[in-house]
Amino acid sequence: MLKLINGRNWYAACVFRRRIVTSSEKLCLKAEASSEEDSTGADNPYFADFQKFHIEASPAQKLILSLGSAITTLLNPGRPDALGVFGETSGHSALQKMHEKMMMSSEGQLILTDKPRINSSTVDLNCLKKLPPNTLGRTYIKFLEENNVTPDSRTPVQFVDDIELAFVMQRYREIHDLVHTVLGMPTNMLGEVAVKWVEGIQTGLPMCVSGAIFGPLRLKPKQRQRYVNSYLPWALSTAANAEFILNIYFEKRWEQPMGELLKELKIEPFVES
Amino acid sequence: MNDAMSFGIHRLWKDIFVDRLAPSKPCKILDVAGGTGDIAFRIAKYLRNSDGGGITVCDINQAMLDVGRKRASELGFSGMEWLQGNAECLSSIADNTYDSYTIAFGIRNVTHIDKALKEAYRVLKPGGQFMCLEFSQVQNENLRWLYDQYSFQAIPVMGQLIAGQWKAYQYLVESIRQFPNQEEFAGMIERAGFAFVRHENLTFGVVAIHCGHKL
Repeated sequence: MLKLINGRNWYAACVFRRRIVTSSEKLCLKAEASSEEDSTGADNPYFADFQKFHIEASPAQKLILSLGSAITTLLNPGRPDALGVFGETSGHSALQKMHEKMMMSSEGQLILTDKPRINSSTVDLNCLKKLPPNTLGRTYIKFLEENNVTPDSRTPVQFVDDIELAFVMQRYREIHDLVHTVLGMPTNMLGEVAVKWVEGIQTGLPMCVSGAIFGPLRLKPKQRQRYVNSYLPWALSTAANAEFILNIYFEKRWEQPMGELLKELKIEPFVES
Repeated sequence: MNDAMSFGIHRLWKDIFVDRLAPSKPCKILDVAGGTGDIAFRIAKYLRNSDGGGITVCDINQAMLDVGRKRASELGFSGMEWLQGNAECLSSIADNTYDSYTIAFGIRNVTHIDKALKEAYRVLKPGGQFMCLEFSQVQNENLRWLYDQYSFQAIPVMGQLIAGQWKAYQYLVESIRQFPNQEEFAGMIERAGFAFVRHENLTFGVVAIHCGHKL
């Protein structure tokens, strides 16, 4: 079942597998979170969600949506739904590759099987607050509070027809704040562009790549200097070296100390030069 | 969105509707489901009425009424009344109150159309006029095919791109198909008690104006 590509993946697989198999705790997860048994059938809660939000659109309609939403996003950044539509209608081949990468990792496979969701009804935010400092969970909740964001703002996927790929897209959206957390990037323009580079290179999603390319156009000269000198080179090397963000089962790692987690994920903390 | 979907033609439909109504002073007019005031303002302008007196706008949605009231004060129509109410049960309005009852693009969304029609009859004075502007059936088969393609292929896409709401606009085009056609609706108006019921198609039947009188 598990395809081992090279020595590095084998080592990572051992480390991840050891961690996941021995700890079957459901820490800080609420009752609605999906179970650990294989539940890819109709009893997986994601199935119902998918049906509820899925919209049938013909290829011609998807093409128009793709073009129209791209223009809308460029002209009006205050339309996050347009960015979502662009991502969904332009991301088919990228989603397929992302799915393959997940299938090649045991942790990724587990995420695909469980289809866990991240929102305030599946994750117990109060529980995360009580975790020791410098754990993933505590750092995540700190990030949410400091940046005044909630895990509930992720729009449901509508225009991806395959349920597995739709979940991959949904998962990509829901872990965005956690990606910010593990990368240590704030939600300002510089931080968002850095995250988009990492996401774009790792996922290949056109919306991420175009966000990474067009985002910096809005930077002021001083910010642009910081971007070119520090943020961009760090983002590029992180993207290349780090583990695939979608293969991280964050919900099983709330207690993990950040230092250990970053080492495992091969993420070098950002240092501004 | 209305402008985008109808290429601005909805403004012409409303202009023609008020022209057919041909209100004259003095009059009391009730515009139902007219929250944002499109019809009411046109009536006030037609009457060359400087303050909109004699016109009551009724809508089930207070938010729409608030938008309308704000627009009215900007346009100087301080005499207009803004009433929250349900077209199926206009409990705050007495019988035989109004000279004219208008409803534009609203009756389609009423759950019990016959109740709304009966209420319209009740609140009109004898001699009063009922006028309705609503989506209807395109008579010509070939044009109907084109219209259907546009409705089902293009409108939800526009709804998603412009308003971020595919499903709401899909519901819109489906509800248009569910609504009775010109003759069926005329029959319903007659059954509510109105006489001299007639209708006029606009834009090949995409919309129709229905008219009836209370004797």
